[in-house]
Amino acid sequence: MKILIIEDDLETAAYLTKAFREAGLNVDHASDGDSGYFLATENSYDVMVVDRMLPKRDGLSIISSLRDQGNETPVLILSALGQVDDRVTGLRAGGDDYLTKPYAFSELLARVEILGRRKGTRDTETIYRVGDLELDRLSHEVRRGGQVINLQPREYSLLEYLMNNAGQVVTRTMLLENVWDYHFDPQTNVIDVHISRLRSKIEKGFEGSLLHTIRGAGYILKASEN
Amino acid sequence: MARIRAMLKTTAVRLSLLYLLLFVVSATALLFYISAQSERAIRGQTERAIEREVRAINSTYRRSGVNGLVRQIERRSRQPGSNLYIIASPNGEIFAGNVAEIQPGIFDQNGDINEPFKYKRFGDFDAEYTALAHVMELPNGFKLLVGRDLAEPDRFNNLIERALMSALAIMGLGALAIWFFVGRSALKRIDRMSAASEKIMGGDLSQRLPVMGSGDEFDRMSTSLNTMLGRIEQLNEGLRQVSDNIAHDLKTPLTRLRNRAESTLASKATAKDYRAALEDMISESDQLIRIFSALLMISRVEAGSAAAKLSDLDLSAVALDAAELYEPVAEDADVKLITDIDKDIKINGNRELIGQTLTNLIDNAIKYSSGDVKSRDDANIWVRLKSEDDKIVLSVSDNGPGIPKDKYDEVTKRFVRLDKSRNKPGTGLGLSLVDAVIRMHGGELELSTTDDQKEDLPGLTVSLKFPAKA
Repeated sequence: MKILIIEDDLETAAYLTKAFREAGLNVDHASDGDSGYFLATENSYDVMVVDRMLPKRDGLSIISSLRDQGNETPVLILSALGQVDDRVTGLRAGGDDYLTKPYAFSELLARVEILGRRKGTRDTETIYRVGDLELDRLSHEVRRGGQVINLQPREYSLLEYLMNNAGQVVTRTMLLENVWDYHFDPQTNVIDVHISRLRSKIEKGFEGSLLHTIRGAGYILKASEN
Repeated sequence: MARIRAMLKTTAVRLSLLYLLLFVVSATALLFYISAQSERAIRGQTERAIEREVRAINSTYRRSGVNGLVRQIERRSRQPGSNLYIIASPNGEIFAGNVAEIQPGIFDQNGDINEPFKYKRFGDFDAEYTALAHVMELPNGFKLLVGRDLAEPDRFNNLIERALMSALAIMGLGALAIWFFVGRSALKRIDRMSAASEKIMGGDLSQRLPVMGSGDEFDRMSTSLNTMLGRIEQLNEGLRQVSDNIAHDLKTPLTRLRNRAESTLASKATAKDYRAALEDMISESDQLIRIFSALLMISRVEAGSAAAKLSDLDLSAVALDAAELYEPVAEDADVKLITDIDKDIKINGNRELIGQTLTNLIDNAIKYSSGDVKSRDDANIWVRLKSEDDKIVLSVSDNGPGIPKDKYDEVTKRFVRLDKSRNKPGTGLGLSLVDAVIRMHGGELELSTTDDQKEDLPGLTVSLKFPAKA
């Protein structure tokens, strides 16, 4: 996956570049708005990570120009501002995701990977399958090994989101945002509790675990290798 | 002079000048009206007097002929302040009477002469007098004129006019004087107010604008400005406290972070130890970040920048969502979460902020109801949403140990944690964020006990009172 980072703070940029490369991504970096815009129009990227406040040209204007030209590369906006309305303006300008500084790198990586994969989105599939777990998006029925599992509506949405992003790390914040539509961080790890409930429903009495905890990052839903 | 000019600029003075002008105009109109009325009344009186006289003379003439008439007229003319009497020949020559000369043409008329005419008296040829009269033709062709001098009515008229004029002048002067004093006192109060505000601008926020206690517009303005100043002072104080607290509260975790790194470096640690240390440090930094974002959030909410983002909000749904989010958490903590949420309650609000507030409260309630008390099996928390009169009350209660009533005010302050050792997780910003959010929604935060009867476990109820949607 090839990504472009437009970030004026060189130390942050160096750290991000290194960390993304270690995660196996191909990274280009621009340190101001103009050169970032130039790179974005010259090359083709899978994901762009754009800081909102940049010298020469601000992040939002880069994004809206690209969108005007029909460039649909997924963009993650990084921002030091952090209010609900900031997020809304960011997304309205054409951003696909929004992350407020300071953030954990694992959060950023998880989001970038999900954005990069979005091109081959599973949104059109009507049945999600992970191992022997099946989720029917039309009848809202969940089965494992042919056996029906009863889920609460919220558990169903949680599982649907996890299955839609199967094989990808999803963070607690992403779950809160996408399943509960909360853009803040509750103090206790409420998500962990919901995950463990869901896990016991889809794993108890079945062979093989599906829902794995990634320490310091989040969760991943995938069929076990064995 | 500059003072006078400043005074002329005050609203009070401008208004009183306008009133003065209106007053002069209406008083003048009144003056004209009264003098016209009195002139008419007096003239009417004069005319009636003439008529009476004419009738009397007429009857004398009929009784005793021309001679009797002349005699009577001579007699009457001699009386002081008498009327005018003239007997004239048919061609208009004065034959008898007490008038020396009369405006020509008078005898050509007959009957009442309602236009004042001029005449001269004997022995006083230089002065001209005016009079009204009645002319009557006698059967022998002679003419009789009975008139009444207008000097007296004119004098009376003048008297009234003068009286009115002087009254007007006195009132005008009075108005000017009052205007001067009112203007001056208004100006003085404004001077006092600007003196006070200069001190305030100089940084002394404890200064207040003077309130005289009269309840007038100046007082009202001063009072509301004072309220504003109080709020500013409070915010300023809050800000000062926060920076002190930030210094204190962030220094501790930062030092811990640093020490942890240092001690790990200094020890002969294995890769596994390093990993553990780093993980600790990450969670320590996360806590720091959480404190920062809570602070940022509070200051944003308090600055009111989010106030414009209030929209139609289904509070019932928000409350249900939050309760649902925490239900498993409560269960894990052996706390029963009981919801009593009325349906379809709508307010003007911000879902994110209220959601955060509510999860915050529920989180706290779970933490403190299970709390320090040994394992209990009757720990409950309640999330209630009710519409009460003109208020909408959203409350979160627990039946834990609660907090002492005299600490209620304190806990909404930033960074205040009654748990001095600070060993429970939390930023110490929870309730002040709640307070800021509810204030932004025009509502209020109220703390109370859940059940007064239980002395050791009175519990804590946090109520958010929103104004009902208009």
